[in-house]
Amino acid sequence: MARDSQAALIALNRFGFGARGGASGDLINAASDPRGFVLAELARPNGALLEVPGLLSTPELGKQVFDYQFEIQQARNAAKTAQQGASETPPQAPDATPPQRRNLSLSTAAKEIAGKDPAMQPQPADGANAAVMPSATMQPPTMQTVASPPKPPAQPLNIIQKTFRAEALARLQRGVVADCGFVERLVVFWSNHFCISANKGALARMWAGSFEREAIRPHVLGRFSDMLKAVEQHPAMLFFLDNQQSLGPESRAGINRNRGLNENLAREIMELHTLGVGGGYTQDDVTALARVITGWTFAGRKGQLGAPGSFVFNANAHQPGPQQVLGKTYAQAGLAQGEAVLSDIARHPSTAKFIATKFARHFVADDPPPALVTKLQDTFIKTDGDLRALATALVQSTEAWQAPLTKMRSPYEFLLASGRLLARNPEDPGRYLNGLNVLGQPLWSPAGPNGFPDTAAAWAAPEGIKLRLDISAQLGSQLADRFDPRDLLELIAADAASAETRRTIERAESRQQALALLLMSPEFQRR
Amino acid sequence: MDCSESLMLQATSRRALLLGGASFAAWAYLPKFARAADGRDPRFVTIILRGALDGLATVAPVGDPDYAGLHGAIALKADGPNAAVMLDSFFGLHPAMPEFSRMYRAKQAAVVHAVATSYRDRSHFDGQDVLESGFPGPGRVQSGWLNRALEALPKGERVTSALAVGPTTPLVLRGAAPTVGWAPTALPQAADDTAMRLLDLYQHRDPALASALTQGLQLEKQAQGNEMKPQPGGGAVAAMRLVARGAAKLMAADDGPRIGALAFDGWDTHANEGGSVGRLAQLLGGLDGALAEFQSGLGARWRDTVIVVATEFGRTARINGTEGTDHGTGTIALLAGGAVNGGRMITDWPGLKPANLYQARDLAPTTDLRAVIKGVLHDQFGLGERVLADAVFPDSAPVKPMKGLVV
Repeated sequence: MARDSQAALIALNRFGFGARGGASGDLINAASDPRGFVLAELARPNGALLEVPGLLSTPELGKQVFDYQFEIQQARNAAKTAQQGASETPPQAPDATPPQRRNLSLSTAAKEIAGKDPAMQPQPADGANAAVMPSATMQPPTMQTVASPPKPPAQPLNIIQKTFRAEALARLQRGVVADCGFVERLVVFWSNHFCISANKGALARMWAGSFEREAIRPHVLGRFSDMLKAVEQHPAMLFFLDNQQSLGPESRAGINRNRGLNENLAREIMELHTLGVGGGYTQDDVTALARVITGWTFAGRKGQLGAPGSFVFNANAHQPGPQQVLGKTYAQAGLAQGEAVLSDIARHPSTAKFIATKFARHFVADDPPPALVTKLQDTFIKTDGDLRALATALVQSTEAWQAPLTKMRSPYEFLLASGRLLARNPEDPGRYLNGLNVLGQPLWSPAGPNGFPDTAAAWAAPEGIKLRLDISAQLGSQLADRFDPRDLLELIAADAASAETRRTIERAESRQQALALLLMSPEFQRR
Repeated sequence: MDCSESLMLQATSRRALLLGGASFAAWAYLPKFARAADGRDPRFVTIILRGALDGLATVAPVGDPDYAGLHGAIALKADGPNAAVMLDSFFGLHPAMPEFSRMYRAKQAAVVHAVATSYRDRSHFDGQDVLESGFPGPGRVQSGWLNRALEALPKGERVTSALAVGPTTPLVLRGAAPTVGWAPTALPQAADDTAMRLLDLYQHRDPALASALTQGLQLEKQAQGNEMKPQPGGGAVAAMRLVARGAAKLMAADDGPRIGALAFDGWDTHANEGGSVGRLAQLLGGLDGALAEFQSGLGARWRDTVIVVATEFGRTARINGTEGTDHGTGTIALLAGGAVNGGRMITDWPGLKPANLYQARDLAPTTDLRAVIKGVLHDQFGLGERVLADAVFPDSAPVKPMKGLVV
């Protein structure tokens, strides 16, 4: 039986979000057929979609942001006019940031320069971080201890904060209730591969959830080329990597406005989304792709190009003429040119290798077994990038079950696994969002377009482990009287638990301490 | 109460929000210096600017006839409102950096221009790996050059205080030499007894986690009582100053760390970079404030200090179509500190004519950043040329340490 428990531990932790508490029987079910337990989720039609009442489409959300920003702009203009009327009132110092605009992240604050058209320029959401921590915006960022917690007056959440929390809650709830969580793990993997950052500005924060629902989830068990196209044409990605500002130098808009290319998106498509560094592209290829995708943008508040907040191809901004990318000439006109390039890049051998390596690194080991990478790469090529086939090949491989559990759970995986073991369905995302912030993985907000790190070392740093312990101790002190930690150990590992872990939990001086130690045990932290 | 209500109930640390994008870590030991006899107690700090700093916008070659045309609407000017502060007859410093300007006039700061690492492609992530690892090419991320330099230094007592921010150690300081870090926390601490039991379990079952937890626990202890009160307002600027202030305070102490690294994110100015005012100007103001914090916080130790500010690569000489700049090559490195042989521009200026640009688009690098860092490490800590060429910056023998950077 020990062997089955070990396989069940791998099924639940390596591929999923860990065993649920209560009478779920997850570990026993997984032990009877570990591979089948993981693969069962893949068989469900539309199992990756997240359709929750109240979650809106990207254009609907875009319209709400545009309207909200327009109102604020109107109010500011009115205030300014009134202020200018009162001649004694000194003008506000240019660097005095209104409290609700304070943004505590460097990378976000870096983008704090509002553009001319607030809807189309990167700009932080009002109180962007308040979406995850309402009190942060109203307090000076002092290091107050919890012993004397700050009690700021409650301020109603704005539409951006409300949306972000609703999207986060829907994702968390799905993760907590999933049987194994393999499909949700796939969603998180692809969402991080094609990441945007909510810290880019109001639109990115508003669209972070809809981006994942619309561009990632429908294709997690579909085709890579379809996901690639959906991602690069999604307004959230176009906004995140500045493509809505990029104009073909010889396009009509480029000539009229004397502006031109921004190669940010084109570079990351090649470097991060498909071919990977060293994948055989040059600077000229990046620049050519940047020209190819000029005109890929989204409609603004006034909807001159289409429904506000929807993807549009703006022919006026598109660089005319054929372009050469990776040695092939693309003579297509308009949108078709970029779609043809993406379609080819999605099928490039470098892409297969890059994706296979990253996929194996995420699930199996920082340095994944070469045979496994080759197997995944072959599957990717043979099936024309069928991601369901890729996931199945991973689970069917022997390597994925033989490799020792050396990876660390990411903060998201750790908090969700804790929630699954200890909690019912979350009704408020705030605690999870705070925990993610503390542990260095703020939801949908990585520091750069390369996403959150995916190595054991990144998440096993001294600081991070100490913080996990502090969080585990908090959970232990608050929740332990509802559980017997020895029973919980049976739920998460049973025979696969080491004698030392078992002894450590049994000999703990209190249930509270035992629960903290359980949550910090290698059996719970490693995957 | 719903169970989930309790999840992270008290986890209201503002660390990740407050200090997102700024971090500091330090060597866990005092160096035992051969030079202690002459009364110097050298300090060394490196500040990594992640995202690629536009060197041409920070220290602008306003005397180069091609500069204004290339940098277009965001070019700095020698006169007019918000003019650059001329460092000599050719180069002008961004007006958002008055503190650096003051240090430069006091001969305690210098600029190295047209500098680059050995990396010649344009990926941030590979570029940062090369900058921080010290290897000639990307792909080596096990240890950083500063950590390997520490390994070559004779080790003295363990530091009794240290500070780092951010749950991960920056690559430049990662490696075999023990490092320390700390972040202010509002999270209640787990009881010592719980921590010791967990440590015992890890020691039996998971040595890597045992090592991480041991360090994590020590750091928290060392940092206790270290009250850090950030000033309200101005996110990026405040965060950079705050981290620098905390670092300086710890490094000023006799038993505090001597060698540390900071990393500031957010310099990737693809769009609306701004000229004398704007997005880059704000960031530079934060960096300038961080340098000032070091000067005031280090007190008497400032005279023994060298700070090196470096970035993974530069940005395009010509602005792009969105009033920003794309990934480039040559850029600047800044030196600041009382021990810097300052008040000078250090450059073999390549010029900005189309034929002189690297790949017809970037400032051509004429100085290897490793020469600068090697020169500082040699002068500050007496590290030999051989160690610098083999261990600290592997395969860099042809890149000689730059001489005369330290007083």
